[in-house]
Amino acid sequence: MFRNALLGAALIFFPGGAAGAEDLPVLNVYTYDSFVSEWGPGPRVEQAFEAQCKCDLQFTALGDGAALLARIQLEGERTKADVVLGLDTNLTARAAETGLFASHDRVVAGLDLPIEWTDTRFLPFDWGYFAFVYDRTKLSDVPRSFTELAAMPEDFKIIIEDPRSSTPGLGLLMWVKAAYGDRAPEIWAGLAPHILTVTKGWSEAYGLFLKGEADMVLSYTTSPAYHIIAEQDDSKAAAIFDEGHYLQIEVAGRLVTSKQPKLAAEFLDFMLSDAFQSIIPTGNWMYPVLTPKSGLPEGFENPVPAEKALLMSPKQAVDMRKDALDEWLHALSK
Amino acid sequence: MAARAQQIGPSGFAGFGVALLLAALSLGTLAVVGLNAEGLFSLGPADWAALRFTVSQAVVSAILSVGLAIPLARALARRRFVGRRLLVLLLGAPFILPVVVAILGLLAVYGRSGILSDVLVGIGYRPLEIYGFDGVVLAHVFFNLPLVTRLLLQGWQAVPAEQFRLAAQLGIDGHNFTRHLEWPILRAVLPGAFVTVFLLCVTSFAVALTLGGGPRATTLELAIYQAFRFDFDLGRAALLAVMQFALCAVAAVLAWKTGRTSEFSPGIERLAERWDGRSWFASIGDGIMIVMVALFLLVPTVMVIVNGLHGLATLPASIIPAAMRSILVALGSALLTLWLAVMLALAIARQEPQNPRVSGLLEGVGYLSIAASPMVIGTGLFLLLFPHIDPARLALPITALVNAAMSLPFALRALLPAVRQARQDYGALADSLGMTGLSGFRLAIWPRIRPAAGFATGLAAALSMGDLGVIALFADADGPTLPLLMYRLMGAYQMQAAAGAGLLLLVLSLGLFWVFDREGRHDAGA
Amino acid sequence: MLELDHLLIRQDDFSLAADWQLAQGQKLAILGPSGGGKTTLLSAIAGFVALSQGRIRVDGIDITDLPPARRPVSILFQEHNLFAHLDVAQNVGLGLRPNLRLSRAEHDRIAEALTEVGLTGFQSRRPASLSGGQRQRVALARALLRNKPVLMLDEPFAALGPALKAEMLDLVKRIVGLNETTLLMVTHDPGDARRIADQISFVADGNAAAPEPTEALFNAPPPALAAYLGNPT
Repeated sequence: MFRNALLGAALIFFPGGAAGAEDLPVLNVYTYDSFVSEWGPGPRVEQAFEAQCKCDLQFTALGDGAALLARIQLEGERTKADVVLGLDTNLTARAAETGLFASHDRVVAGLDLPIEWTDTRFLPFDWGYFAFVYDRTKLSDVPRSFTELAAMPEDFKIIIEDPRSSTPGLGLLMWVKAAYGDRAPEIWAGLAPHILTVTKGWSEAYGLFLKGEADMVLSYTTSPAYHIIAEQDDSKAAAIFDEGHYLQIEVAGRLVTSKQPKLAAEFLDFMLSDAFQSIIPTGNWMYPVLTPKSGLPEGFENPVPAEKALLMSPKQAVDMRKDALDEWLHALSK
Repeated sequence: MAARAQQIGPSGFAGFGVALLLAALSLGTLAVVGLNAEGLFSLGPADWAALRFTVSQAVVSAILSVGLAIPLARALARRRFVGRRLLVLLLGAPFILPVVVAILGLLAVYGRSGILSDVLVGIGYRPLEIYGFDGVVLAHVFFNLPLVTRLLLQGWQAVPAEQFRLAAQLGIDGHNFTRHLEWPILRAVLPGAFVTVFLLCVTSFAVALTLGGGPRATTLELAIYQAFRFDFDLGRAALLAVMQFALCAVAAVLAWKTGRTSEFSPGIERLAERWDGRSWFASIGDGIMIVMVALFLLVPTVMVIVNGLHGLATLPASIIPAAMRSILVALGSALLTLWLAVMLALAIARQEPQNPRVSGLLEGVGYLSIAASPMVIGTGLFLLLFPHIDPARLALPITALVNAAMSLPFALRALLPAVRQARQDYGALADSLGMTGLSGFRLAIWPRIRPAAGFATGLAAALSMGDLGVIALFADADGPTLPLLMYRLMGAYQMQAAAGAGLLLLVLSLGLFWVFDREGRHDAGA
Repeated sequence: MLELDHLLIRQDDFSLAADWQLAQGQKLAILGPSGGGKTTLLSAIAGFVALSQGRIRVDGIDITDLPPARRPVSILFQEHNLFAHLDVAQNVGLGLRPNLRLSRAEHDRIAEALTEVGLTGFQSRRPASLSGGQRQRVALARALLRNKPVLMLDEPFAALGPALKAEMLDLVKRIVGLNETTLLMVTHDPGDARRIADQISFVADGNAAAPEPTEALFNAPPPALAAYLGNPT
């Protein structure tokens, strides 16, 4: 019994290498884990791009945007990545600092983004607003701002993610900072009694929320759309705050070390095509940067007017994050 | 020189090789991370706060786990009832459950919308709110109480049946029984058990964060995580990891000073009948203890099963290859653990008579990985391998290797007493008959340690099965393992299906444990 | 007098029956093949194994339902008769007081008992520092102090050399002689039986035969005993 198991293990551990696509050039794209999962956009993107590029698109999946950046920092100039897809504007300044990302050499115009896009290295592929999601059937008195949230009764609880280990967590940090600047510590002090717990990542937080542990959870304005489209359940809604909502814009960039610069550039073009963009809404549950020809599915109506979109510039985000984190730690450690 | 080589023998060198490998995996990777650091680094007040929280929650968790395990183990040791074996098997479930699954199971009972809260609200009270220090401790006791109970049960199994009979005849009962029969074993087992729980709680991360209610509950492991991904400060990560090692080393030395470290005995269910606690008072006490703890441990497990049953129907087809991959990683990892543990245990037992220091050092190295940070091991290995080979190609073997290293402390504890005993009983005979090398091992040692080996291999397989481990760092090119698929399901809003995957994980983990444990005991007497 | 009244023990597919009596002060050797139930018989009398049927009486008092501690018997096992963490005096003292709060007079009695078994001055030694024979002597000293009407030995000297074993058997003989103790001794060795026993019970095939005088039985063994003994000695 032991011997057979060993043989089987050896076979699966050291596979002979992928058959088939040997002669095609390979484009290596590093992205985050949920992008490549079978429910994410990855498989459809791969199929569509390979149909046009005569290449083999290979995804390497890492935890999330921050993990992607850490990996590129670890690998340095030896990285095999041609394209990194899935950083956001909170990370791009640090990514640019590595000197590993090439300029995209494009005139970017006509994007359906609440802000103007000026970054010369990174190109956006989708975006969304952070928001607190609640259950309509359980909550009638919905807070409409951070201050109203702070003023809710003692047993009104929210779940947030830790900025040290999750993208939405960091987004919330920036959101409060962008909305309140130096008053952020005061806002956090007001929120602290309502924070039931802080989770490692979005999955844990959202899972606890669906179990009914808290009244609201930090997620995205597009989260209710998932429940409407995939589950025909319209009970979830995003609370719209008067202060405005912090934007998450997800971007991709091509690396200077890439051995397939042409393919990489072609991929970035493809990313801004209808084929790619139409996969985004129900693949990544984010807004596409170009509205698909077929229009946006139900639930994707944008609830936040553009002038209420909050975003730190990449440089501000980097300069701010250490202090913002300390304020947050301080306020919540009391 | 030649004589010395003869004495050590081939498997002796293998044992030293294993020790080197383990030291490289835990300390070597740490050094690599430290060497890749740039600039100066220092620890801030937040890091010291993390240290304080880490230590305090770990101490309280360990005290409670041990304190509850004593009466529970005693009750289980001296009562016979239908389903006792199944209960003992199921009690082990929390220890091998993937963390997220276990947390959701716990919250289904103790959460704000859990069963207990529903009852409380129903009778007019406020719902439970366990988030905070209490929640962290609750979860850690949930995970570790079964482990300590098992350690104690096995410790008491080592008491010869004659001694229980002797006590019965001499009328030794009550606290005299505790003093003469239970205490000597407790004294030997408890320090080690306490430290094991302490160490497991020290390196805890997701539990502490999720149930801790916020950054007050920052453990060292979370601080290490932050250093990697928020600050990308390898130096600080290495420094924090050194702190974690130091903390664990201090705990281990304390345990070693207060008593011999505990040891799993062979996994044979060989409980001697006991005559203590025959009074109705003791019977009721034991009954209450068993029912209470069984409820505490089993209801969340049952909730995992119930939630998972709903999700089974919604599982994607890719669950099958993911499960196969996980099973193979678990098998590979378990067999590797077995091999590593046997080689190391043989070397330890062999060095013990002449070189107790060398032997102690080898044993210490065997327990190193319990103090290591998976994040540091993963990153260190990555830095080592990356320049030479595409890490994604090695995702599964590396996962198996790291999981094996992580399971090794438990496997070593299970095997070492059996190997010592076998060497003591048959070592001289085997040497005199010239039974050396592999055949000597197969004929003289293996049959004696087989039950312990089955138990250790089963535990390693189960632990490896449920562990997300370093695979997330190594970006598997060939497809996800079961835990990774479960996380992906959660990440794609599919909580129901994720619960189904969690149930599958639970069943497979317990199943693998059961198969190996039984395989070890099977024809053990023949 | 020890009475086994229609005694029957059933465990899974094993059973053992016995229906006989043994007078006070008699020394009985229990012989028979392995797995025949010799140890089980002693365990039943000591209260470690429950009876399916029958009664056990000692001096006319029914002890069948008494817990082990209240039965008028002492038993010595082949090993593990001592607690490793207690010294010799404490191990013997357990026979007087399970809580070990021993008076000076009791310490004197322990010393006497130790002298009786040839271990004068061994009080503060630990079991680990004693030889196998010495450990059994300590256990004998405890049995002597407990002074129960029935002493049972479950092959306690099987691991000792011939000379030492003979010495121990003589010691046992002397000790049971002191208080007219009834002795039941399980053994494999017919020589042991000849050396010490007045009577023999042969245990095989689910039955513990009624005791018969040693010499008579060895001179004309029934077929099963003859087969067990092999070549007549």
